[in-house]
Amino acid sequence: MTRTIELILPSRIESIEECAVFAERVARDWGYGDDFVGSIDLAVRESVANAVKHGNKFDEEKQVRIDFFDREDGFEMTVRDFGSGFNIEEIPDPTDPENLLKVSGRGILFMRSFMDAVEWETNDDGGTTVKMVKKR
Amino acid sequence: MADINISERQAGDVTVLDLDGKVTIGEGSVALRNAIRRLLGEGKNKILLNLGGVGYIDSSGIGELVSSFTAVNKEGGTLKLLNLTQKIQDLLAITKLLTVFDVFDSEAEALSSFS
Repeated sequence: MTRTIELILPSRIESIEECAVFAERVARDWGYGDDFVGSIDLAVRESVANAVKHGNKFDEEKQVRIDFFDREDGFEMTVRDFGSGFNIEEIPDPTDPENLLKVSGRGILFMRSFMDAVEWETNDDGGTTVKMVKKR
Repeated sequence: MADINISERQAGDVTVLDLDGKVTIGEGSVALRNAIRRLLGEGKNKILLNLGGVGYIDSSGIGELVSSFTAVNKEGGTLKLLNLTQKIQDLLAITKLLTVFDVFDSEAEALSSFS
């Protein structure tokens, strides 16, 4: 049976660190080691930061819901916001020379770099859920 | 407790900012931004960021490095990086920003490069 844990946080900057600490504890409890935990840390932080900042726009009335799943083949995490949604196809490539000096836009790149799979889904009742998987 | 501590010292006409802590969304990024803007306001536009004490940086922190680089260049100055940890080096490689920044392991070499 897959183990699951849910964490619900308010949309503020402090929630990023809170989730990262929680995710580390969950991953270690589930038997993942230092390298694995270090590897997922930035993806965890960036995904929650995106939900807080871009999804929920720091509206503390909107939650960030994070679910952790201990799958047979690895660690899965979903981060859900309740914002107005976005189209991943419209996010510019930050490594394109014309975008290199832009101040923002690298969070998704980091998520994709440190996780094995990252997918976005628009929720029927609003907002976006990002699902990230890191194989064992 | 602040996320980051920034101390300043002068090496000839180069201002070295020694960063210690985290450069992340919120306090850390804002502190760096304020430090750079203050230096530029004082006419100091040769800046070496010593990141040896930066244990953690996120995409906002990387963005702040880029913003600082651009701001300094706009004032006719130069901003360079010193003592990157392997992790930060990896992040700059992923973002292709190693092609943008001059990065050094030696402070002496970094300071010479401003001449």
